[in-house]
Amino acid sequence: MADNSFTRRELLRAAALAGVLLPGGALAACASPGGGSGGPAPAATGATSAANPLGIAETSPFEVVIFDGGFGDAYAREVHEPLFAAEHPKATIKHTATKEIAKTLQPRFAGGNPPEFVNNSGDNAMDFGALAQDGQLQDLGALLDAPSWDDPAVKVRDTILPSAVELGTYDGTYCVLNYASTVWGIWYSTKLFGDNGWEPPETWDEFTALCEKIKKSGTCAPFTYAGKHPFYIYETILTLAAKIGGVAVLKNIDNLAEGAWKAEPVATAATAFADVGAKYLLRGTEGLDHIQTQTAHDKYQVAMLPCGSWLENEQKDTTPPGFGYAMFPLPSFSSADALPYGTLHSRPGEEFFVSARSANPRAGMEYMRAMLSKEGAGRFSEMVSTLTVVKGAAEGRTLKPGLRSAAARLKQAGENTTYFRFRQWYKELHDEAAAATGQLMAGRLPVAAWADRIQRKSDEIRNDSSVKKYTRS
Amino acid sequence: MADRTKRSFLGNRAALTRARFIAGFLAAPVLLYLVYVISPYAQAFSIAMTDWRGVSAHPGFVGLANFERLLGDGVFWTAVRHNGLLLVLMPIGTLVIALFFAFLLNAGGATAASGVFGARFYRVVFFFPQGLAVAIVAVLFQQVFRPDGSGMLNAPLIALGLEPVGFLSDPGVALWSILGVLVWQAVGFYVVLFSAGMASIPRELYEAAEIDGAGRGRLFFRVTLPLLWDTVQVGWIYLGIAALDVFAIVWVMTAEHGGPDHATTVMAAEIYRNAFQYFKFGYASAMGVVLFFFTVAFAAVALRLSRRERVEF
Repeated sequence: MADNSFTRRELLRAAALAGVLLPGGALAACASPGGGSGGPAPAATGATSAANPLGIAETSPFEVVIFDGGFGDAYAREVHEPLFAAEHPKATIKHTATKEIAKTLQPRFAGGNPPEFVNNSGDNAMDFGALAQDGQLQDLGALLDAPSWDDPAVKVRDTILPSAVELGTYDGTYCVLNYASTVWGIWYSTKLFGDNGWEPPETWDEFTALCEKIKKSGTCAPFTYAGKHPFYIYETILTLAAKIGGVAVLKNIDNLAEGAWKAEPVATAATAFADVGAKYLLRGTEGLDHIQTQTAHDKYQVAMLPCGSWLENEQKDTTPPGFGYAMFPLPSFSSADALPYGTLHSRPGEEFFVSARSANPRAGMEYMRAMLSKEGAGRFSEMVSTLTVVKGAAEGRTLKPGLRSAAARLKQAGENTTYFRFRQWYKELHDEAAAATGQLMAGRLPVAAWADRIQRKSDEIRNDSSVKKYTRS
Repeated sequence: MADRTKRSFLGNRAALTRARFIAGFLAAPVLLYLVYVISPYAQAFSIAMTDWRGVSAHPGFVGLANFERLLGDGVFWTAVRHNGLLLVLMPIGTLVIALFFAFLLNAGGATAASGVFGARFYRVVFFFPQGLAVAIVAVLFQQVFRPDGSGMLNAPLIALGLEPVGFLSDPGVALWSILGVLVWQAVGFYVVLFSAGMASIPRELYEAAEIDGAGRGRLFFRVTLPLLWDTVQVGWIYLGIAALDVFAIVWVMTAEHGGPDHATTVMAAEIYRNAFQYFKFGYASAMGVVLFFFTVAFAAVALRLSRRERVEF
């Protein structure tokens, strides 16, 4: 553009064309990818010692970003950060809390200036698949092999649930810390059940008989779920399917196996819940969200609802005194079930990661080591009423009744826990399963058509080369 | 002679100063426009041809693959259909209701040249929804449409022993509920707009028409509407573009953000979902490019169709 005889119109036209034709061109530099400056700066390190096994640079600052959602951010400010600071007084921690993780952080990742430690959670979390694919996740192998905070003779790996390591592994690399241990089940009020002489059912027949009894009694509706978020009910359907047919049922679904959604146990479970949907739901269930149904539960308008163990914390402001949250595992479908009574859907959740391309990733890992200490985990459990993946950390802590019940059920279940992972791996499959299940429960979609629809989506994703695939064994 | 040279020289200098003055004022807006309007559009076109997932600094170039995939995306075409339906019904619904109310406010009184009793008050009331943030409107109507006894519309039905209507949960009803909210929210503005337009129509025309024996209906179609045509045309284009851009109401109000079961989804919601939930920014940009062309095409067609002779008065 050395020629100065450009007219204004030509100049404008040329500028607009440059933006259209040259991806990453001059105009595209402000919001588009391409803003980063070469490679990341060399990461800060220090000498390793017994007090500093990960070798962090003691004086280098680092940033902790917490998702300010159901758990708030006080647990980081009041528990984990002071714990870290007590051990490494010279390091400065910058604390950031946000309700919009992706909106806050995404430009920083694309620009090559990410924070060290991220609680990637909530509706607006960044996609782990995308982060992993782009090499943004720090390999946490060194953390697993480091001595634990409480006992130098025990490795961090041995203080946490093995499923936490499995679920945090992407492409063979452990890079995401799943910190909270969620337990799923059917929740009820010990007061309501006690007053009416109802017993938690152990078999499907007992469950439907109880529903019938509650319906006839006119005390309240038997069952509800967060109708606007049908995830809550496909979760129970899949857990029941796993109980009937074994863990392989869920593995096939996660691995996008052909016909996984059309398997017999899945159909049986879906039929069973569609039946509950037709007969025993709280009126208007399909149009209510999780808070509305949970509030109806708190008001004794409905007897049972499926949810995860965060329920008690989420409802703490509306739960009447003496309500007595408790949960029971999904009833056994028949004596031929593959998994015994007491089997639970339980999986580590609430994800944290360290950015590989941040200035001080070692400090982020050391911060995780502090979180995984008995004190860090135990006080977290007390504060937000949720178990963690740290074995035995909640023992000796004052727990609320619902969490106590969940912890007891989890202990009873022992090895018999199940989970599925496609929700995190393939969000589009999750959305399709949720949409179809909402229709199934409302009686607008027969079981076979329900399975067909979700299977079609699963097949579509399997055959889509642009989607990164994961497998579990 | 010398005088003239001097004058023209002065004239030239004045023109130059004026040109510099204007250019100085224009430079800033043009620059802002380039950076914040043109360049994002241009970027959308270039991102649409990549597989960018939002975090990488160097996305891969995939050509037109995103557009090819779009052709087979059933949900996107469902969204396009919904936008199409809204494009037809939302402007018609809003304009008809707004014209009716505006006519009542301006010519519905005892004589044709006066409005109904309390017209000024109603004008404020009609405008009220316009003062509410869209998100508040959405949350409000969630409560209005609640499916149980706490729902404003369903509570009386339940009290009468009737089955409640699943305003937002029945896939056959949900889009109509959304349409209702969109029209409710838009009507007020157009009532005020049309009222202003009608107020500038000379009273004598009404009086003359009335003396000639024209009824209210004829008055409306023969006098008011033709004289208001320019305003209606602007309103129609505005509403059309608004219908193509519907997002917040759908996203906040409906189950699964466009559900149940994609029954209320629109293009903007699918763009948002693919970008910020599936992190397929390339694919979402391709949808954005398609939406851009739909909007431009609509504006062109609308201007062409509604072109007609201006009535002078």
